[in-house]
Amino acid sequence: MSGQLVTSTVPAGAVVQWGFLTITVANLIVILTMIVVFVLAILLPFPADRDEEGS
Amino acid sequence: MSRTDPAAPMRAGSHDSWTRALSGWIEGLVPKGQWLPDRQPAYVASWIYVFGVACLASLVVVIASGLVLTFGGITWWHTNSFGHFVNSMHLWSVELFFATMVIHLWGKFFMAAWRGHRGMTWATGALAFFGSLGTAFTGYLIQTNFDAQWISTQAKDGLNAAGVGAYFNVMNVGQMVLWHVSFLPLVVGVIVGLHLLLVRRRGVVPPIGAESPVGVESPVAAEPSGASAPPETSGPGAAAAPPGAARPTAGVSAQEVGS
Amino acid sequence: MSATATRRSATWAPDSHDFPTRRYDLVKEFVIALVVMLVLTIVAALVFSSPDDSALSLQRWAQEAPNDVVATATGELAGTTTTATYGPPYNTNADGQSLGPIVLPKLTGVTQPIDAADDFVITPLRTLSSDPAVAAALRQWSSASADQRTKWAQAYSDALAAAPDGDPAKVASGDYGPVPALAKGELALASSGALEGLLSSRTSFFGTDSTKPLLFLADGSYLEDQARVQNLGGDQWGIMNETGNYPGQPWLWLYAFWYQIPPFSTSDNADVQVWALMILLSIGFICIPWIPGLRTLPKHLGVHKLIWRGGRWR
Repeated sequence: MSGQLVTSTVPAGAVVQWGFLTITVANLIVILTMIVVFVLAILLPFPADRDEEGS
Repeated sequence: MSRTDPAAPMRAGSHDSWTRALSGWIEGLVPKGQWLPDRQPAYVASWIYVFGVACLASLVVVIASGLVLTFGGITWWHTNSFGHFVNSMHLWSVELFFATMVIHLWGKFFMAAWRGHRGMTWATGALAFFGSLGTAFTGYLIQTNFDAQWISTQAKDGLNAAGVGAYFNVMNVGQMVLWHVSFLPLVVGVIVGLHLLLVRRRGVVPPIGAESPVGVESPVAAEPSGASAPPETSGPGAAAAPPGAARPTAGVSAQEVGS
Repeated sequence: MSATATRRSATWAPDSHDFPTRRYDLVKEFVIALVVMLVLTIVAALVFSSPDDSALSLQRWAQEAPNDVVATATGELAGTTTTATYGPPYNTNADGQSLGPIVLPKLTGVTQPIDAADDFVITPLRTLSSDPAVAAALRQWSSASADQRTKWAQAYSDALAAAPDGDPAKVASGDYGPVPALAKGELALASSGALEGLLSSRTSFFGTDSTKPLLFLADGSYLEDQARVQNLGGDQWGIMNETGNYPGQPWLWLYAFWYQIPPFSTSDNADVQVWALMILLSIGFICIPWIPGLRTLPKHLGVHKLIWRGGRWR
């Protein structure tokens, strides 16, 4: 159909594109945040039990 | 009757009453003291362990916000600012639910947490993920907005091609509302319940390559041979980890950290 | 190492209850997690809100893209739209997608019967009996043979496609029978706001089944035009996406991925192929603990050494 008529009330979200890979910035932020949280969860030291520490 | 030992009926055998058989079965699901233990193996010392519980907590927020949304019907949130806020809570708790679930999943994958007869724990977790996908998807269909119009008319093709669309009509908003708020959350709830039960039944998986500290034959960090090890051929290890359930805590005195 | 030990090690782990323990307050952990998740949810809801791009109405479609409504109504009469040529579960005008020799939609059959011309155009137009042009067009349509109807509608459909902007006012003259009047009547119904009700209430007084108005809307290009601008098209990884600057369903990334690459991106049976592949992969994912090679992969990746570092549990 010619003459695309776009009347959406919401502006389109930003997207990032590498070749055929397209992802919205919002989804990318969610995924990157998950990866960062995962890495932190593995690397950050978990608090030792104060009562039993050094026993 | 008043003079008898209260424990006697249990000793008399667990099959002389259906009720006793059931209660015995329920008791045996998880080793004694392991439903809500106040201690965990010392290797449970990483932030990665909190994501299962975080996922469960966000599921509680998902269900609570979803329940509030149901009170006003399926369209009130378009016109009511409190409704819109609750909808926002529902959306973000779902995003948190999936994010924490996937981080939990990554962690359990890298720990090979299915070792030691914990395969079903992994499988129920994976099923919970797929059940949640379906439940979230039906949520998108019942928003009664542009999103729902587009997603339903697009998704119908995949479902129809798979033969599912004949019975599961994503464009029938009345049908999708009921799936979203009844059967699908029930399925997710039951799978999550089973998953938690299995986690408590088997206990937290020991580190890869860990040797048992109480003198059972040491596991060997061997290369995979490709053959699975049926429990009955597992040698002495099978005695330490019987297929039915993890053993009740043994030799507590020798197991305190640093003792 | 012995053969027994080698065979056993793939699934073997010592009993977790044999290890030294540390205090671990599960209930406190859950309560803290609940508070953290609740706070994060409330903050995100307050700061980011949630998207609610209002539903398109057939009236809005008629006002903003009237030529698309006329073209779509004509296509329904000609039997050329997506719905008219769909096959099961709506009609028998096609077999549906096939996976090798298996055609699943054919097995499940027509469960939501839809005659695109009758259900979307002719039956709703019968309510316009007060319009003499529409009434006459309906009479002419009813008394014509199926072949004649298709010939008229196809000719008008082609003429609309050839006209500038698909404008019915600029269509070359030809033998279109009652079709222009019927399409114009459909546009009038849509403009008045009556068409949704006529399409959805036919299944029930309460109108909880939105199948027909949705199928009719999707047969036009207006809905897709709106969606593509929001990056929601299937070839735009749209399955994962949401309107505006909101995260969508990023967990569907793998499902969205297959649609971007051959053979799926060029296949007529892409939907059923992607579905079959995803079901297979999902079963594989569930069965990782029993798949040789996969179940021992984490040991070689070594991330576990970071998680269980320090060896305080030994």
